[in-house]
Amino acid sequence: MIGLLAEVPYWGQSLLRVLGGLVAVLLPAGTIVYVFLFKMMSFMQSRLGPMEAGPYGSMQLFAEVGKWLQKEDIVPDRADARIFKMAPIIVLVSTFLLVVVVPFGPDAWFTDFETGVFYALAVSSVSVLGILIAGWSSANKYSLLGGLRAAGQLIAYELPMVLAVMGVVIQAGTMNLQKIVVAQNTGSMFGIDAIGHPYVISQFFGFIIFMIAIQAELTQAPFDMPIAESELVSGYMTEYSGFRFLIFFIGEFATAGVFAMIASVLFLGGWGVPFTWFGWTSIDDVANWMNFAGPLIMFTKMMLLVFFIMWIRFSYPRLREDQLQKFAWKGLIPVALLNIMVTSILKVVF
Amino acid sequence: MTMLGDRQQLSYIASQAADARLNLELETEGMTLNIGPQHPATHGTLRIIARLDGEQVVWAEPACGYMHRGYEKLTEVRTFPQVTTLVNRIDWLGSFANEVPFILAAEKLMGVEAPTRAQYIRTILFELSRIANVSLFLGDLGVQLGAITPVFLAFRDREYVLNLIESATGGRFHPNFDRIGGLKDDLPAGWIDETRAVMKKLRGFCDQIEDLLFGNEIFQSRTRGIGVIPRDVALQYGLSGANLRASGVDWDLRRDQNLPMVWNKTDWKVWTHPDGDSFARCWVRLQETRESTKIVDQLLGAIPSGPVMAKVPKIIKVPEGEAWVSTENPLGEMGYYVVSRGDLGPFRVKIRSASFNNISITPWLLRGVYVPDIVTILASLYFILGDIDR
Repeated sequence: MIGLLAEVPYWGQSLLRVLGGLVAVLLPAGTIVYVFLFKMMSFMQSRLGPMEAGPYGSMQLFAEVGKWLQKEDIVPDRADARIFKMAPIIVLVSTFLLVVVVPFGPDAWFTDFETGVFYALAVSSVSVLGILIAGWSSANKYSLLGGLRAAGQLIAYELPMVLAVMGVVIQAGTMNLQKIVVAQNTGSMFGIDAIGHPYVISQFFGFIIFMIAIQAELTQAPFDMPIAESELVSGYMTEYSGFRFLIFFIGEFATAGVFAMIASVLFLGGWGVPFTWFGWTSIDDVANWMNFAGPLIMFTKMMLLVFFIMWIRFSYPRLREDQLQKFAWKGLIPVALLNIMVTSILKVVF
Repeated sequence: MTMLGDRQQLSYIASQAADARLNLELETEGMTLNIGPQHPATHGTLRIIARLDGEQVVWAEPACGYMHRGYEKLTEVRTFPQVTTLVNRIDWLGSFANEVPFILAAEKLMGVEAPTRAQYIRTILFELSRIANVSLFLGDLGVQLGAITPVFLAFRDREYVLNLIESATGGRFHPNFDRIGGLKDDLPAGWIDETRAVMKKLRGFCDQIEDLLFGNEIFQSRTRGIGVIPRDVALQYGLSGANLRASGVDWDLRRDQNLPMVWNKTDWKVWTHPDGDSFARCWVRLQETRESTKIVDQLLGAIPSGPVMAKVPKIIKVPEGEAWVSTENPLGEMGYYVVSRGDLGPFRVKIRSASFNNISITPWLLRGVYVPDIVTILASLYFILGDIDR
């Protein structure tokens, strides 16, 4: 955004960034909730979904938010009130922190970390803390079980996620998300550069492992053990009501959106189109209109990935806790390690 | 402790003993988890007291009676025709099937037999209520395991069956259609063709569920080898219905009993499964739904003409005597022991409902399983709360 905002004073830039961040989190969250949860899922389940609030129920989300905001904010008697109130905010903040490193266009980014990947992976695990303390402070046995399951699960799936991203980092030779995007769009495969070099092709196993891991990180079925509404009622969310529940709810879908953005940056070429289409050779050549087209391209890719996440969520039953751990430690991690090894060998060979 | 009954006191002692064992081995304290009475997994108000060690169940015990409605006592102050209204609320998902054994018992005492046409229609409606009941089980199974889509498919297709039951009897859930000596009414025009079309849809639904759920690797890994009931244990605990057949016991009252119903005039198969695990129980129920649609299809083509009501007096007085009739209801064996003193109403009715006996195995079955498996096992045992707490 530096190029765009050169004339704007520093406080103005900060304000715009904060607003941009809010939009970047809330817009996907809202769209995902609306399009996927309310409509897509309804059509998959042979029902119409919301139809009353607004044309075809399009205002349903506002109705829901209004409903949640009106409700009483209940803190259980024996709960650790301060920590209990803090937990949903920690979860949401980790989402906001994640979006900071995601590049949306050649100049449209919040911060340009050299170690963006590292930062994203580190910050994404902060939400575990929020979930764990939500489970612990609720003074509810179901919440406690849910919180402990969440902690175990999120730690187990953090590893394959990191290892899957390693392959991309090795291939791109950088941890900067912006440079990873550029590397994918300027690259070529076997001398053909018509579609650039999206890592979803050369890092296919990495991509699959990453998607499985984020499915688990988001605690969506088949990895929704921590929430498990049919056995743990709602796990760590059981005791939350009113706007704190809303924050968890938004956080869940916003995180789905942000993780999908990161996946699209790492594997699908992010905001970019193959640079050869317009005769660009490096990021400096990229036309200014990409700052507007970029976020849209990114959004499309994000929705595509979220569609897969939700599709799986709505059609699969859930695994058991021990099966889940086995799947991570005995399945995903060895494959991810193998992937890294093969990638590094090929990197040296070619 | 003074508030607890004998049974609960015993349970309490057992839980303390389980705890003591736990403390001896691990020097940790267990946690008592009350699953229910208000809990999504119990689809109703069953309370299961579970003593946990981490996520493992050390000891579990169902606490019945939260929803006890005293039907056995209530029947004593009703006349015979009024009782059907009561008893079809026992297993509320397959309510017509609850009426049949009671009516058959009363008919047995009176020495009346329903006309053949009535027997056919009774059997068809009996099977329709089984289909309505079990199709909901198949959908609910998904929800219990975390897959939310099957339940909507189940509700969609059960609706067709409920519409059929409604158009024939006037009641979607509680038909109250069975009378001593026959049925209240004949079938409406066009009902037979409609039913044929719906049976085809239901077979499609069974295929869909089989693809979506039974073929799913996660579903299989969650149910195969979980909650295994060996043959002899199943017999000892008095299980019935699909739960017993899934343990490899070839036992179906529809085939094995000679009642004035017409199952024996059709060609169908009693499915059993050798494994006795949760998967087997679900699978047997799925096959049963298919067989039921076959039974209905065959009966529809063979309904004879004639009256639907035998000659019975206006005011029904059942002669003195005792009769026991049980049928193979959607949940298992459901029977009524009716004692009459020659009055307008029964002197005493003992109801043997399937779910009550079926969940009696849970303390044995839940020991040592993980918390998520409690849900799977309970779902696969398939009980209706009204059927447990009558």
